[in-house]
Formats: sequence, C-alpha cells, structure tokens
Amino acid sequence: MMLEIHDIHKSFGDLQVLRGLDLSVDKGDVVAVLGPSGSGKTTLLRCINFLETADSGRLVFDGEEFSLGHISKKDIARLRKKTAFVFQSYNLFLNKTALQNVTLGLTVGRKLDKEQANEIGRRMLDKVGLSDRYDYYPYQLSGGQQQRVAIARALATDPEIIFFDEPTSALDPELIGEVLSVMRDLANEGMTMVVVTHEMSFARDVSKKVIFMEDGRIVEQGESKEFFANPKMERTREFLKL
Amino acid sequence: MDERVIKILVEAFPKLMNAAVKTMVPLTVLGFSFAMVISLVVALVQVARVPVLKQLARFYIWIFRGTPLLVQLFVVFYGLPSLGILIDAFPAAVLVFALNEGAYAAETMRAAIESVSEGQIEAGYCVGLNYIQIMWHIVLPQAMRTAFPSLSNALISMVKDTSLASVITVQEIMMTAQRVNARYYEPLLLYCEAGVVYLIFSTVLTWLQSVGEKYLNKYRGGNRS
Repeated sequence: MMLEIHDIHKSFGDLQVLRGLDLSVDKGDVVAVLGPSGSGKTTLLRCINFLETADSGRLVFDGEEFSLGHISKKDIARLRKKTAFVFQSYNLFLNKTALQNVTLGLTVGRKLDKEQANEIGRRMLDKVGLSDRYDYYPYQLSGGQQQRVAIARALATDPEIIFFDEPTSALDPELIGEVLSVMRDLANEGMTMVVVTHEMSFARDVSKKVIFMEDGRIVEQGESKEFFANPKMERTREFLKL
Repeated sequence: MDERVIKILVEAFPKLMNAAVKTMVPLTVLGFSFAMVISLVVALVQVARVPVLKQLARFYIWIFRGTPLLVQLFVVFYGLPSLGILIDAFPAAVLVFALNEGAYAAETMRAAIESVSEGQIEAGYCVGLNYIQIMWHIVLPQAMRTAFPSLSNALISMVKDTSLASVITVQEIMMTAQRVNARYYEPLLLYCEAGVVYLIFSTVLTWLQSVGEKYLNKYRGGNRS
C-alpha cells in the first residue's frame, strides 16, 4: 500500500466530523470519495495533507508511519513534497502567470534552475491543453482553465499521489467536461488519485475504487463497478438514486 | 501686484525650493522609508501571531495613533533632553515621522496581508513552499498592491506634515517662509507661495501614484482602478 489511514478522528468543537475511519490507497489507484454534504469528505482529504490537524489517527506513507495528530513541521514538509493538492476554488497564485504558478514549487520550493523549471512547466501546461496560455494571469482565464492550471501545478512537482477536493464543484456546467477529461487522462496514465467528488459519472467510469461516506464514517466501499452495480447498504442505494 | 511684491516672491521661490529639496524631501524619504520597514515588521509580527512581540506591536500602535504628531515631536525634541537624551532637530523629526507613520501603515499592511486569500497560502504549502517563501513570493506582492493607494496617500500626507517640523527648529519650507515674511511682511502671498511649493511636490507624487497603480494592475484586470 502506498497510503494508509488508520482510525482518523477529527472534531470541530462539539461537531465530530471524522469518527474513526480507515482508508488505503494503492499505487495507481483512483479512489472516488462520495457522500452527502457535511459527511466529512473534504475534512478527510485536508487532514491527510495536514491542511487541518486531525485529533488522532495514523498515516502510513510508503511504509513510513506518522501520527496524524502529532507530527513535526519537518515531516509535514517532507510528505508534502511527495503529494499534491487540487482545490475546489483552484487557489491559483493571483500575482503569477499560469507558467509561474506551475513553476513556483520547482524554482522556490525545490531550487530547480529557472530554465529547467520553465521547461517542465510548459510541458505540464501543454498536457492540460493550455499551451497557448503560458503568460496569462488567473484573472484572464476561465474557471475551467484555472483549474487545469492548478492540475498542471500539481503535476509539476512529480507527486506520488494527487488529492482532488471537489475539483469541478465551483465550475459552470459547460466547463466541467474539460477538467474531467484531463483527470481521466491522468487516471489512464496510472497516476494515483484520491478524488472527493459529486460527479457520479467520473466515479463510475474513471475511478477504480469508490468510498461512500456519511457522518464521518465509511458506509460502504468497494471496486467501482461492483459498487455501482450492486450497492450493499440501504443508505448507499438511497444515495445513488439521487 | 506691484513690482516690489513680485520681486519678493521671485526671490523667495528659490529659497523655498531649496528648503524643499534639502530638508523636506530628505525628511520625507527617510521618515517614510523607516516607516515602511517598521510597519512591515509590526504587521508581520501580528499576522504571524508572535507572542509578546504581538502585544508590543499593539501597544506601539495604540500610543502613536492615539497621540498627536505635534505632541510626539515636542516630547522627543524638547522632552527627552530632561532624561539626558539629546537628539538634533532633523534626526528627531525623522524618528518621530517614522514612528508615527509606521503605526498607521502597520495597520494598512496588516489588513492588506490578511486580504490575501487563505487558499493561496494553503496552495503554497501544498507545492512545497515554507511560510517565509509564501510570504515573499505570494502574499506580500499582492498585499503591496492592495496597500499601495493608502500608502501613497500616507506619503503625500507626510510631505505636508513635514511643515510641523518647523516647530522643533527644522529649517524646512514653512520656517523659510516665516523668515522671509518676518523681513518683508507679505503673509498672504508668501504663505500661499509656500503652499504652492507643497502642491508641486504632492502633484508629482499623485501622478507617480497613478503610474504605479497602472503598473501594479498587470495581474488584476485592466478596468479596475
């Protein structure tokens, strides 16, 4: 297993958002995390990447074990160099061009020289279909284009796994397709991805595994085909009908 | 206007410009530069929630925003010597202007820094940057853009406030006008002339502000001011 989460707990005040949840992701897996709003999906993803600090739980990454509740800044920084995150609201750096957004993690974060970083950056933008937008600032790009820049930025640092937090939820319906198609290409290339999503078609057609969450727990999980063809739990069947 | 008055005004003009270039400009440049350094440090200490220093920063802002500039000038120049601290008029003025403007600008900067979305900071961490790198490459450039109009206004205000330094014997534009007036007694025209000298400098700065804003707008959409 590349990534394992054991017994993760997280509360915001009195509200228990994650109540002892386990998750494992293998290399090359594409895992879709489904569930109604407020089920803890986003919090789960944010805790795995330490954007939130979980109350307790263990994380095993490439065989190395960490405490989700108590981890040094150094270990967080080290783990983050192997992972990448794509946000619902893109979170592009507004003072940087598309290319600079993609290369900042290379030139500043990893001290690559500028030429090399630019070459990687251009390649990544080409890959997401933005070869004609290198020097555009975020405000000059549509939502779908911004999210594709964000995906290129995630790819640039050559991560072992990419976390997607509802990557299409902020997009106009006609722009969702271009982002999903980039994600589909990545999945086909064998990229390891954990995707919190409301896009049933993506979960059904692209992901290999599906996790269905509610109230901070996993209700049901399984191979994607099996999950959609024969949901075992009553709650899952109800959710899929929506 | 008779010939005598014109002669007085023409003779006074180079004296006033001289005071502007030799005193007002250095006082403003030094005072404002130090104010920028102070305000950046004071703002960052608060944003990064550094214990103790954060409280000190609030205390400093409270004192210097809560008391008049004129009182601060008097305390430093006329008051501190009783404690054995003697500062010459010009450095005393620089010190007071820097501390006074630093307190105001710190609040401007803090608000500007906090206006940069949390999401960009998170994205910075996720691509492998540390706090200082995120501040330097992402947050501060955007905060500077946001703070730029307010800071420009503050700079223009400081140009005019340097006239107060005359009360602690700094020989700037106002004091020069007073001296010429003491000899010829043409208060209306001489003080108006002093006003014109200030106006020249603040007009240039206002123009520079609009040029600067245009440049800084490059990542923000052209039709925003």
